[in-house]
Amino acid sequence: MNVDWPWPWLPRNVDKIAAALGEHLYLALLPVLVGLIVSIPLGWAARRWPGVRLVLVPLAGVLYTIPSLALITLVPLLIGTKIIDPLNVQVPLAIYTIALLVRSVTDALLAVPGDVTAAATAVGFRESRLFLTVELPLAIPVIVAGLRVATVSAMSLTSVGALIGIGGLGELITEGFKRNNAVEMVVAIALIVVLALVIDALLLLVGRLITPWTRVRQGASR
Amino acid sequence: MDPREAGGEPVNSTLTWLFDPDHWSGPTGIPARILEHLGYTALTVLVAAAIAIPLGAVIGHTGRGTFLIAGLSNGLRALPELGLLTLLVLLTYVGLLPVVISLVVLALPPILAGTYAGIRNVDRAVVDAARGMGMRGGAVLWRVELPNALPLILGGLRSATLQVIATATIAAYVALGGLGRFVIDGNNAGAGSPDGYPQMAAGAIVIAVLALVVEGVLELVQRLVVSPGLRDTATRRRVARIWRRPTPDLVSKST
Repeated sequence: MNVDWPWPWLPRNVDKIAAALGEHLYLALLPVLVGLIVSIPLGWAARRWPGVRLVLVPLAGVLYTIPSLALITLVPLLIGTKIIDPLNVQVPLAIYTIALLVRSVTDALLAVPGDVTAAATAVGFRESRLFLTVELPLAIPVIVAGLRVATVSAMSLTSVGALIGIGGLGELITEGFKRNNAVEMVVAIALIVVLALVIDALLLLVGRLITPWTRVRQGASR
Repeated sequence: MDPREAGGEPVNSTLTWLFDPDHWSGPTGIPARILEHLGYTALTVLVAAAIAIPLGAVIGHTGRGTFLIAGLSNGLRALPELGLLTLLVLLTYVGLLPVVISLVVLALPPILAGTYAGIRNVDRAVVDAARGMGMRGGAVLWRVELPNALPLILGGLRSATLQVIATATIAAYVALGGLGRFVIDGNNAGAGSPDGYPQMAAGAIVIAVLALVVEGVLELVQRLVVSPGLRDTATRRRVARIWRRPTPDLVSKST
């Protein structure tokens, strides 16, 4: 194929690229946030009741196996949205985030040492305070690890929505392909990769900042 | 493009499309598309395995080039496969080769990581025992490390296969076949057409079912081919995993 590299396209379309970038972030990050919020109580329930765990963990595995294009296409059928509704991308992304994080949260909560919870109970912590101020903070490193994978995946998955007309930067990829404009495609791909890496680094940083005790322990001999 | 404009209830029209006998025969029927899809997947995974298993085994055995494993999986995780595939087709030509190459790029990291981790995780005492019995490096790798690493190698192959099945749907966008055809064609047909949304949703159902069936089959294969000596610990681990799945095996999803 004869490829066009119309570099002047780039400065002429800064506004368009910025709009696609904003849409991409909105499409990708909102579901990850919702997924995080939903998976914490689910993980709590899975930790508390083995029966819930036995249902949730395999169900998460099954949902995570379903290809994104299939799930994006089926959302209108399942919840009655229109075909070009942003929810069609956001609902699958939230489902994948939950499927990934429920396991992380459950594992992290199960890994909290028994003597820590016993000590907190002994000094008079009730169950809700124990969970919010002792167990959940101790689970943060594992949750952040899951969140990083979920976020980076979401940045890439969002572009698949472009195949059915919703996709932020993904739409620049499909438009560039149709118009034989390699510049448009390269710009979109590069922006997606850079955004993913920047957000990944930010999450790593925030995760370290809010768990200062993980760094203290490395210095102290135990 | 409201699915409800497509005439009648979307669930009904989807099921009607899905079970229409006309859509189950001929070179554009569902069985033919499934075969095409599995063909792309098999070709990709074979090529990727031929590259990644030897490479991962050598890196795991010698301990040299470890940076390659982490670098590849971190670097490629953020790459949008839709972009890679369409750009490669645009830069070369419309055909199987650029599509398979971009799918191989996607399939390499999990197989490489699985093989490397499998070899590295082999009990050092077992490797020492093999050396003590007089085995040389090559024999240790072939007869001790690789069989012991099989569960993790197969795990890597499994996640690679599922990633490729999911991503091969994009092949239809660059004018190839496979199950993505139904979704892309349905989307192009537009609302109101009986081959519009119902075709898309029917195709999506077939894609989802195919992915789940392949996942089940591979899990079965994994159980059958792993040495009985390893199987005990593997099943014990599996039982433990239902209760407490280890988190390090977080698999990213790009399609």
